[in-house]
Amino acid sequence: MPQVTLTVNGQQHEVEVEGRTLLVELLREKLGLTGTHVGCDTSQCGACVVHIDGVSVKSCTQLALQADGTNITTIEGLAAADGTLHPMQEMFREHHALQCGFCTPGMVMTAVDLVQSHPDGLSEKEIREGLEGNLCRCTGYHNIVKAIAAAHPLMHAEAAE
Amino acid sequence: MYDFAYEKPGSLADAVKLLSADPDAKALAGGQTFIPVLKQRLNRPSTVVDLAKLGLTGITVSGDKVTIAAMTTHATIAASPEIKAKIPGLQHQASLIGDEAVRHRGTIGGSLANNDPAACYPSAVLALNGTIKTDRRSIPADEFFQGMFTTALEPGEIITSVELPVPQKSAYEKFRNPASRYAIVGVFVAKFASGVRLAITGAGQGGVFRHAEFEKALSANFAPEAIAGIATPAEGLNGDIHASPEYRAHLIGVVSKRAVAKAA
Repeated sequence: MPQVTLTVNGQQHEVEVEGRTLLVELLREKLGLTGTHVGCDTSQCGACVVHIDGVSVKSCTQLALQADGTNITTIEGLAAADGTLHPMQEMFREHHALQCGFCTPGMVMTAVDLVQSHPDGLSEKEIREGLEGNLCRCTGYHNIVKAIAAAHPLMHAEAAE
Repeated sequence: MYDFAYEKPGSLADAVKLLSADPDAKALAGGQTFIPVLKQRLNRPSTVVDLAKLGLTGITVSGDKVTIAAMTTHATIAASPEIKAKIPGLQHQASLIGDEAVRHRGTIGGSLANNDPAACYPSAVLALNGTIKTDRRSIPADEFFQGMFTTALEPGEIITSVELPVPQKSAYEKFRNPASRYAIVGVFVAKFASGVRLAITGAGQGGVFRHAEFEKALSANFAPEAIAGIATPAEGLNGDIHASPEYRAHLIGVVSKRAVAKAA
């Protein structure tokens, strides 16, 4: 079987996969990182979003073998080693940006990339457009948008330190 | 998903060889259409040939031409200041494809090779009178798009780049399906010194097409009013659960006027 070598949340892995193994299957089934969810089979819902080399990607629409040699961050890799939440996670909690929580890992990963790629600020419109590829069936998005807006200054203050 | 062998060749020649040797081998560009197709078991390739290591990325601007390498992503095109300055309609179009995560992976070459009847880029490349460059030849846009999911590409032929003449003005207007983000009707209009070209995606049963009557009227007077009185027949247009052929025919007029107003 083909092998893929990749770094996930700072740890290097060598994993045997099939040609057809999706990245999300590798993460969930081979590495046990079940924080990354699968909410649809049409690449629309965004529950599976992870960062590949710092950029948000739908891990259900990517072959594991395509990710050979890359550096991946999943929702499990955001919090600090001592358990301190990432500012985006903290703001999701603060603003009650979730109900059932199923879409939340993908929402948070998309939101982190969105904030990082807009250092000069994010309008509400930009946040809503940035969430086009993430579906939430509970919250009506309103508190998610608030949480992301609140995380923006925190993340950029942290980055400036 | 059915299983397949996976190859990631390091040279264009090797990729062409792999794809030509086996009629059931398929090329993988960004995979944002192809992988969902595989997941639905709508295709069963023997080998998937990943084009990611062929060095086919980047945007080059030289004088009156913009050249975009085939594996350049929608996100890169949407974020390019050069594209925004030279062909604003194309920059805007790229920013409307799929969603942010999809745009990080999807490529212009993959979209053109697939020629989905509702894909965005075919309208830009046709309206801009672009040229599709492959491993073996150059194909003018007017000859490249040959119907729904059908192009002039030969088996094993790989798009390497697309060359686009810089227009005086350009705009894209998309009336999209709110769930899939695909165009129900998308219109790309480009004004050149030699005249206006206007291409429509999402609406035609045969995929992207030009609108000769609109082009003639707009070449004489580049203003929305110029096409206000021209009706588009519903014949040959798609009808599905999202829109009837008659509705699409009506939208073509409305969306084209918006595109011209934006460009003018």
